[in-house]
Amino acid sequence: MAKPRGTVYRTFSALKKDPLGMTGFVLVSIILLLTVLAPWLAPYDPLEVNVYNRLSSPSAEHWLGTDQLGRDVLSRVLFGGQVALKVSLVAISVSMAIGLILGMMAGFGPRWLDRILVISFDTVRSFPTIMFALAIVALTGPSLNTVIGVIIITSIPVYARVVRTQTQALRERDFILAERAMGASTSRILRDHVLPNIAAPLFILASMDVPAVVGMEAGLSFLGLGVSPPTPSWGSILNDGYSYLRNSPWPIIAGGLPLIAVTLGFTFFGESLRDIFDPKLRRKDQ
Amino acid sequence: MSLPVLNIQDLSIHYQTEQGPLQALRDVNLQVPEGKIIGIIGESGCGKSTLISAIIRLLAPNARIGRGSVNFKGRDLLRLSRDHMRALRGDEISMVFQDPMTSLNPVLTIGRQMYDVQHRSAANRAEKTARSLQMLDRVGISDPATQLQRYPHHLSGGMRQRVAIAMALMAEPDLLIADEPTTALDATLEVQIIHRLKELQREFGCSILFISHHLSVIAELCDEVIVMYAGEVVESGSVRDVFIDPRHPYTQKLLECDPARIAQRTRELPVIEGSLPNLVDLPGGCIFRERCSHRLARCGEDRPDLSGNQHQAACHLLDAES
Repeated sequence: MAKPRGTVYRTFSALKKDPLGMTGFVLVSIILLLTVLAPWLAPYDPLEVNVYNRLSSPSAEHWLGTDQLGRDVLSRVLFGGQVALKVSLVAISVSMAIGLILGMMAGFGPRWLDRILVISFDTVRSFPTIMFALAIVALTGPSLNTVIGVIIITSIPVYARVVRTQTQALRERDFILAERAMGASTSRILRDHVLPNIAAPLFILASMDVPAVVGMEAGLSFLGLGVSPPTPSWGSILNDGYSYLRNSPWPIIAGGLPLIAVTLGFTFFGESLRDIFDPKLRRKDQ
Repeated sequence: MSLPVLNIQDLSIHYQTEQGPLQALRDVNLQVPEGKIIGIIGESGCGKSTLISAIIRLLAPNARIGRGSVNFKGRDLLRLSRDHMRALRGDEISMVFQDPMTSLNPVLTIGRQMYDVQHRSAANRAEKTARSLQMLDRVGISDPATQLQRYPHHLSGGMRQRVAIAMALMAEPDLLIADEPTTALDATLEVQIIHRLKELQREFGCSILFISHHLSVIAELCDEVIVMYAGEVVESGSVRDVFIDPRHPYTQKLLECDPARIAQRTRELPVIEGSLPNLVDLPGGCIFRERCSHRLARCGEDRPDLSGNQHQAACHLLDAES
């Protein structure tokens, strides 16, 4: 019998055997690193306007060219990553936390509570996200916080539903009954026994959710519902570039590539994690 | 005989089903004296599980308690508040489950689970770990320190069941309920666990309510035995009395069917003809009538009561004899 190793070690050694998962991991790491280090890496101030050098093609001074106001696109993309990262970090952690609590209540609580919660999840999910966002922005005005709020409200049901089904499956398991028979309270059972069992699927879901959230932020900013100018965001870079597509394709390419990289990176990484943590697949190679 | 730790009086429980109330338990009487091991035998569906769920008050939501009392050390468990009841579980009453493969949390280490089970104790982390090590040692697990780091899937079924027993005995309960704890294990392990359980019972001085449908396990382990059939107690007494001189026809048949007692080589094992009566639509009279080979005329009319002093059985034949 091998000496039991930590989860992180096992995850990483399994990841090394999966080329696609490793690609995802490397992509995710690069994106995170570039974004976090943006203030040091960016060659220019992303807001610095230089109208004499508008819509220039890539050159030694401006690696990704400049936009219609002569701002350095590379710097804007790097700082735009910070907006995307902030939105996904805040929105996903808040909606995951609330979804976790509501999902556990629905999955472990009485049936009437379950019904009420499921109906409200379905109600929220029945609105098209963009329409919902438009309505909220019409009420509050465009801002980054509105974007985060909209994403949180529409993501809560996604997490809550996964937590609910997982909790329901667990509550009938013998070890939960055994815990009850040993005098554990409901809150203790949920915290110490249900949560560790659903943590893995929850984090995998969060990892797969990053591209969706980043895409939504970019989409809303593209429509002018998100960050207000001149703050750079991948969506607003795309919007700026879109108007001048005939003059220069560079801003569009520069704004679109990171979106593709995020989507591919987090999806590969998430899928690889799912395969690693799926006990049915794991048992095969043991 | 000292005062019973557990004293169940006239307990009746039914389940609400679409067909009507299913009479799972009817007027069950049962005593577990201090420091004794009481066995319950009966085929599947005879109400064993309902009985233990009623004792620890974890009945299915559609179960209804008709009447009766479950007296534990002078308190009626059926009338205790939920919080009081929860405080008793795992402290004064503990339980070992049937299948050790599913009764431990798969994602937590053994150490973490044994630590968690001591959540009521005021001891610090080091003391609790020491206690876990001591308990693992007492249930016969070698190298307990390594085992604490392991996850349940690293352990064999027998080891897991030992861990479950160690966890159940952690708080030194007055009553341990063991729900077929050896059914999922192979025969060699079964013997080991039984012997260990008997030793532990002597050390801890607790009472054990042991549920099984394995007759030789009951004979080996228990002091007294209760035979249940279709939700009723049909015979009870010391293991010696019941196994050597079974009085109820059901017990007699049950013993005849035990493969361990059949001397001749045979291709066909004996069975008890017929099946359990429908508990939703109970026939009157004796519950075992339909399958009994000694049926009397009055068996169809009135239900026999348990008769006898130490060794009791519920059968009209006994009245006819005396």
